[in-house]
Amino acid sequence: MAAAARFFSRRANFKLSLSAVGTGAHSSFGAALLKPSPNCNSRTKTQRRHAAHFTFQPDPVPTQYGEWFIFGEDVAFGGVFRCTVGLRDKYGKDRVFNTPLCEQGIVGFGIGAAVAGATAIAEIQFADYIYPAFDQIVNEAAKYRYRSGNLFDCGSLTIRAPWGCVGHGSLYHSQSPEAFFAHCPGIKVVIPRSPVQAKGLLLSCIADKNPCIFFEPKILYRAAVEQVPEEPYTIPLSQAEILQEGSDVTLVTWGTQIHVMKEVAAMAQEKLGVSCEVIDLQTILPWDTETICKSVVKTGRLLISHEAPITGGFAAEISSTVQEECFLNLEAPISRVCGYDTPFPHIFEPFYIPDKWKCFEAIKKMINY
Amino acid sequence: TLLFLAILSACTVWQWMGTGEIYLLFLTRPVSQLGHGLLHTLSKETVLNFYQNMTLLNTMDRILYESQRQGRISFYMTNYGEEGTHVGSAAALDPNDLVFGQYREAGVLMYRGFPLDLFMAQCYANADDLGKGRQMPVHYGSRDLNFVTISSPLATQLPQAAGAAYAMKRENLNRAVICYFGEGAASEGDAHAGLNFSATLECPLIFFCRNNGYAISTPTSEQYRGDGIAARGPGYGMLSIRVDGNDVFAVYNATKEARRRAVAENQPFLIEAMTYRIGHHSTSDDSSAYRSVDEVNYWDKQDHPISRLRHYMTARGWWSEDDERSWRKQSRKTVMEAFERAEKRLKPNPELLFTDVYQEMTPNLDKQRESLWRHVQQYKEHYPLDLYDKYQH
Repeated sequence: MAAAARFFSRRANFKLSLSAVGTGAHSSFGAALLKPSPNCNSRTKTQRRHAAHFTFQPDPVPTQYGEWFIFGEDVAFGGVFRCTVGLRDKYGKDRVFNTPLCEQGIVGFGIGAAVAGATAIAEIQFADYIYPAFDQIVNEAAKYRYRSGNLFDCGSLTIRAPWGCVGHGSLYHSQSPEAFFAHCPGIKVVIPRSPVQAKGLLLSCIADKNPCIFFEPKILYRAAVEQVPEEPYTIPLSQAEILQEGSDVTLVTWGTQIHVMKEVAAMAQEKLGVSCEVIDLQTILPWDTETICKSVVKTGRLLISHEAPITGGFAAEISSTVQEECFLNLEAPISRVCGYDTPFPHIFEPFYIPDKWKCFEAIKKMINY
Repeated sequence: TLLFLAILSACTVWQWMGTGEIYLLFLTRPVSQLGHGLLHTLSKETVLNFYQNMTLLNTMDRILYESQRQGRISFYMTNYGEEGTHVGSAAALDPNDLVFGQYREAGVLMYRGFPLDLFMAQCYANADDLGKGRQMPVHYGSRDLNFVTISSPLATQLPQAAGAAYAMKRENLNRAVICYFGEGAASEGDAHAGLNFSATLECPLIFFCRNNGYAISTPTSEQYRGDGIAARGPGYGMLSIRVDGNDVFAVYNATKEARRRAVAENQPFLIEAMTYRIGHHSTSDDSSAYRSVDEVNYWDKQDHPISRLRHYMTARGWWSEDDERSWRKQSRKTVMEAFERAEKRLKPNPELLFTDVYQEMTPNLDKQRESLWRHVQQYKEHYPLDLYDKYQH
């Protein structure tokens, strides 16, 4: 905890202003979250959380998912991000268990369990390590229903993995691999921006009758605080959400970058008088083309941003579709503000990430095109 | 603990068969060293059923291999020489046990009762195919018969089998999972994953390795340097056995015992069945490029599971030359009739190109489906529409 506090204070200028978690004092990232009660002053003491920041254990034990289990590396003691804390004690070692250190095995095992009718929730410790499971995901999970003529499927499989930059993650603890999976018909790829979204979207993925990959922005595990409803609820997949309506530019992104975009929208309004429409894509595959295109028809300008490298990144897919559908409505070329075509660097992270200044500059260029 | 099964082969008998083939028959003693009381006494009906399944498979293989050669189907893989591994193991299972295969286990499906019409439908990818024409031939599947649809990537089924077995263990319905793979597929990372997971997670699972000497052209000497696949089991903490894969009774006994213990004790077992791939890898392969005809003939004539079983039956007076002749005629006739029906049947509606990608039709796919429909309406003379069921939109 102390180490974490040091990390946060060092990052005072970091785009998320994590030292002001929950108060919204330095960033509109906080403003996006529900404000804590007036009695709670997180400037003077560390805000206390529930034991497990990610897990709420309802009573009685959920039965609507049939036979279910959650597994992966280090899941049993609570997980390296504490996502499964308390679950084993509550639900038993048959349901919450460690697997050997083998991502292809974790996903393959999950597929088989789902084929046999169980609700399988597989955890990959970091999205950066999902690649050994790529064959199982792309060649097996995604194609199970199609190739069997719907005799078999692994729809009750959900794969979860921490995703995205975290300040110091470097090459192998910062990746955003959604583009690799966007090219794979048969799976769904979902990325939440906040706790409320995370619960609703994750429950949707678990209930969804198709194999889903749920990428969890790891920087938000600690940083994001919201009042999350206790009862179960779902947020529909493949529906983008317009967070803020605008008339001049459409800003599209997902996950952590939403919080950057909201700041960018505020800056654009304040410094340029430009009204931005901010859209959270939420589901990368299958993606909501209708909402995005409708917005671009209205605004005539589109900025897409993501941490993943620009070449072949998902912004390219959105850009291509939008120019097909909205060509005559465009006032300026579609802009992509993304990571560079390099592996994710360690010490150069502040220069690498698509921060609000780069996005702001891109908007300026579009407006003045 | 590694138990070894001792195989004895005694004298040889030459016999000229009605089909013009010469068989070298072995006196087989089905020997089981697995333990007391494990040598199951199988009834005449059961044994005849084994034989008829093995030979029907052989007949179907010959006809479908030929049909590929004649351009009637696109691809085929025969099971020559491995019929004993299929039928022996399938017979030892419960019909509710879930089967994960690789691609050379058609005899398991046949034993369970998959009709010739459906084998053919899949190979012809016609409108009767349960798989809706999406996969290459021999990628069979049957929900009713608990046979998971075959996929081409090798060894992917091993960790999946472990997951399925784990789920079944929780269900507590006395079901097991069997997972077939070749000695080549055993080199894949997924094989290591599947073996390790099943042992650590205590899954009621039988791993059945068909060691048939070749992975396409790669002989076992280039596939591994250790003592085959069975010797790897103890490395995972898994009980393992090596059996003579061409002795259908040995295969039966080993699988029966493995199944019993897998379910009773919730642990996996590894069976390595030593056999030989008499046929080519597939219709795309000509194995004379990498092995001698003499080598193949040795196995075909001197250690064939069908011949060995026939000799066992004839020695007991259960099967005569007349029985053989009339069965061959009858099985050939039923295969040919199914073949002719399959040939005539149209291919599935091209709309089925777009369904089952997800459980639901997505807007994106719907648009693409619409786009193809409009395109084909405009350019219909360039598409082989008369081979397909009516293209309904």
